[in-house]
Amino acid sequence: MAKILIVDDMASMRKMVAFTLESSGHEVVQADDGDVALEIAKVQSDFALVITDVNMPNMDGITLTAELRKLPPLKFTPILLLTTEAGKEKKMEGKAAGATGWLVKPFDPDKLLMTIKKVLR
Amino acid sequence: MSIVSQNNAADSQYLTFMLAGEEYGVDILTVQELRGWETATPIPNTPSFVCGVINLRGVVVPIVDLRDRFGLEFREPQPTTVVIIVKVEAVGKERVVGIVVDAVSEVYDITPANTQPPPDMEGAISVDFVTGLATIDEKMVILLDINKLINEGVLSLSKKAPVPA
Amino acid sequence: MGGIDLEQFKQIFYEESFEGLDTMESGLLGMTEGESDLDVVNDIFRAAHSIKGGSATFGFSAVASFTHVMEGLLDEMRGGKRDATSEIVNILLESVDEIRDLMTAYQNGEEPDTDAMGDLLNRLKKATGAGGDVKEAAAPASQSEAASDEAPREELVRQGWHIEFEPHDDLLLTGNDPVLLLGELASLGDISLSVDDSKLPPFSQLNPEVCYLKWQADLKGEIEESEITEIFEWVEDECDLVLEGIFPERKKSDRREEDRRLTAVVPGEGDRRETSRREKARRPTDAAPKQVSANIRVDTVRIDAIIDMVGELVITQSMLGQLGEEFDMSKLDRMRDGLEQLEYNSRELQEAIMKIRMQPISFAFNRFPRMVHDLSQKLDKKIRLEMVGADTEMDKTVMEKINDPLVHLVRNSLDHGLEGPDERKAACKEEEGVIELKAFHQGGSIVVEVSDDGRGLNRDKLFDKCVEKGLVKESDILTDEQVFMMLFAPGFSTAEKLSDISGRGVGLDVVRRNIESLGGNVDIRSVFGEGTTFVIRLPLTLAVLDGQLLSVDEQTYVLPLGSIVESLQINPEFLSGVAKDAQVYRLRDEYIPIVCLSEVFETGDISENLANKLLVIVEWGDKRVGMLVDDLLGQQQVVIKSLETNYERVKGVSGATILGDGTVSLILDISGIIDLSTDMRGGQQTRAKVAA
Repeated sequence: MAKILIVDDMASMRKMVAFTLESSGHEVVQADDGDVALEIAKVQSDFALVITDVNMPNMDGITLTAELRKLPPLKFTPILLLTTEAGKEKKMEGKAAGATGWLVKPFDPDKLLMTIKKVLR
Repeated sequence: MSIVSQNNAADSQYLTFMLAGEEYGVDILTVQELRGWETATPIPNTPSFVCGVINLRGVVVPIVDLRDRFGLEFREPQPTTVVIIVKVEAVGKERVVGIVVDAVSEVYDITPANTQPPPDMEGAISVDFVTGLATIDEKMVILLDINKLINEGVLSLSKKAPVPA
Repeated sequence: MGGIDLEQFKQIFYEESFEGLDTMESGLLGMTEGESDLDVVNDIFRAAHSIKGGSATFGFSAVASFTHVMEGLLDEMRGGKRDATSEIVNILLESVDEIRDLMTAYQNGEEPDTDAMGDLLNRLKKATGAGGDVKEAAAPASQSEAASDEAPREELVRQGWHIEFEPHDDLLLTGNDPVLLLGELASLGDISLSVDDSKLPPFSQLNPEVCYLKWQADLKGEIEESEITEIFEWVEDECDLVLEGIFPERKKSDRREEDRRLTAVVPGEGDRRETSRREKARRPTDAAPKQVSANIRVDTVRIDAIIDMVGELVITQSMLGQLGEEFDMSKLDRMRDGLEQLEYNSRELQEAIMKIRMQPISFAFNRFPRMVHDLSQKLDKKIRLEMVGADTEMDKTVMEKINDPLVHLVRNSLDHGLEGPDERKAACKEEEGVIELKAFHQGGSIVVEVSDDGRGLNRDKLFDKCVEKGLVKESDILTDEQVFMMLFAPGFSTAEKLSDISGRGVGLDVVRRNIESLGGNVDIRSVFGEGTTFVIRLPLTLAVLDGQLLSVDEQTYVLPLGSIVESLQINPEFLSGVAKDAQVYRLRDEYIPIVCLSEVFETGDISENLANKLLVIVEWGDKRVGMLVDDLLGQQQVVIKSLETNYERVKGVSGATILGDGTVSLILDISGIIDLSTDMRGGQQTRAKVAA
């Protein structure tokens, strides 16, 4: 199964996403901060998917996405934004930074698993 | 030990012990364990019947000299002297207290049929602490309400003015 | 929800939410009228936003919809459209309280009371924009419901879709993959697909990061438009997509469908509504009240340190075990070394574990900015709160118990200590009064001071009051300190009238009792006209104690090491009075009252032969006494066991401990012993300076 990086400063959401993915056999790496995620991504280049929260202190998910896209191994890796915003504006911002798509909260494990099937090669 | 098994709901098993020639019984469900006599660490400014505290596997447990509490004659601890560790409900929580008795006697099944209500007794063993008198093999056993004894006859008294040593 | 037990994540979420609410609260309290620090507003917004997202996920719909409205206001502040007026700050603070209440209700497994919310919601909406244009969180859902209902009943049954998909050059750069998208499309029905590679350049000019292909597909089957648009939802701006319905014969709706470009589709709204409904239905099943367990957050660094220490302990233990198996006297030294190592390891481990329970006092301090903010408004006083030493660590249990006394003292300072602005002006003070909370370590104790720069205590007025209340006689001669301490006498109240702030029928005597029950003490310092300081002294922890073992009448007692000033052999020349009447000892330039443990504990008579005894000078608060003991034994760290677990509180004894030999030893409570001794001798004992 796939190796997935999850970034969220909220431990409850992060752990729930991680738990859901691990339960269906994926390998999950968690980061609670954009900077940490970036450091991890620099060292471990074999992620098949990155899921990041948008709303985070220090480095938000959109900035993180843009930074991740600068790393050659992650140039084409799907990056999904976890967001509460359903609004077009945030999505466009995310897209512009190179996000593949988004997962809109409320988070639903079934939906998550369906959705990541769309992007995992 | 003569343990008769009967499943009558009103029956209770009592652990009996000796104190100055009389036999007393306490509900066996309140008894946690029996221990040999050991010197307790005295607690200052407490009534004389509070011998002090002992270390019961890391728990500090107070020990009560029942002879003293009942106003009976003092006796040096003997090889048969036993500390009965009881669990009682006091002030909303479970407390563990040890009572010093001359010797442990028997475990009896006691039915309401062989019990009588306590007679009026004067003195240290207030009727309040006695739930009844049971007759077993023509012997009389004084049944104690250990919960009440510890609550009202031990803990509440500790706060009062120190009893001269 | 997918059979996953949400409970464990909910617990984490509660904690995070309460932390977030604290962040919001302290941010709001730090806002100055008219100025909004963008970073602070952003922090507050972020916290609200996280709570909203999590609440929606965990089915806390009341919180989700409330935070949604609150977020609207915060968003305006963030965008600079709205200033942080004190009114807005107050509304937001109340909102924080409301969310806290709602979360608490959910945490306790109760259905939250949303009735009270309405008014606050209205005020929030009013504060936001023109008022009515704030949408309820649920509003979009009803729109999408309408949209899906509106789908016209076609007379002709659609047989499928003709799809043209032309990715833009940059589609690959967002991590999307046309092949996956088409694969998904194929999963909806029978597909016939053709690819157009006319734009594909010669290989030498090919840029692998660009998508040059476009596709056409005929998809057969009963497929809703939304099923297709959902697949292309993420790439709607990175491609051109044409969807045409395929109908048999007359294509009645061709015109309508023709060249229909995908317009923005609000993603997932329908699903959102469904989810929240589903969770609502779930809720009654897990509505049983939940036990909230007390958790301590521990830095992983501390845990790692403990794991290392346990590792060392295991190594030492196995080394000793091996030594024991094949022991002979030649190995005695190694055995000793091993035992020493074991002692070192276990002490280290104990200290590390005790550290887990240590938390910065900021946990207790953090509630005060809010309290001072609210109360100063209520009292019409200008008050600034300063906190010093908020990082000072103390045992969690002690902290939990110090909370109420602290609140009481701060309220007291706010209400009685500090003057109103006019009175302050008249006294040539700054209009703004200052309350200072200060914490620091001193010896084995933690000291917490609550000071104000208010009116100070009026000694004479206090004394008169004491006389009036019959607490002292007019003829009594008391030191200032003794008069001040009368504030702690049961039933004493200095306020002329009872206010709802500190006059709650609970006097300062309760504060003192609470503090003393923790083995601490409280003192007052005050200068009339300048202010008052309450000094609370508490043991660092209720679990262990650095103790001095000593013996009196063959009993071993433990004395807190931190309270010992010095120990000395008695020189009879410096005793005033003899034998039984010996009351004070002259130490350098001070007379120190003597406390005889034998006497206080009635374990023996005061010895005639005082010269054989030792005098241990102990200090508690500002009091200093000499304690007569037979012998000083070792010093060791002892684990404190409560006597109250199975017995009762005993005056003069703060607890018990179990010594190395398994016997129980009592831990002395110095303040209690001083009281006992004072009672016994029937008089005031105070330290006095030797007259020059």
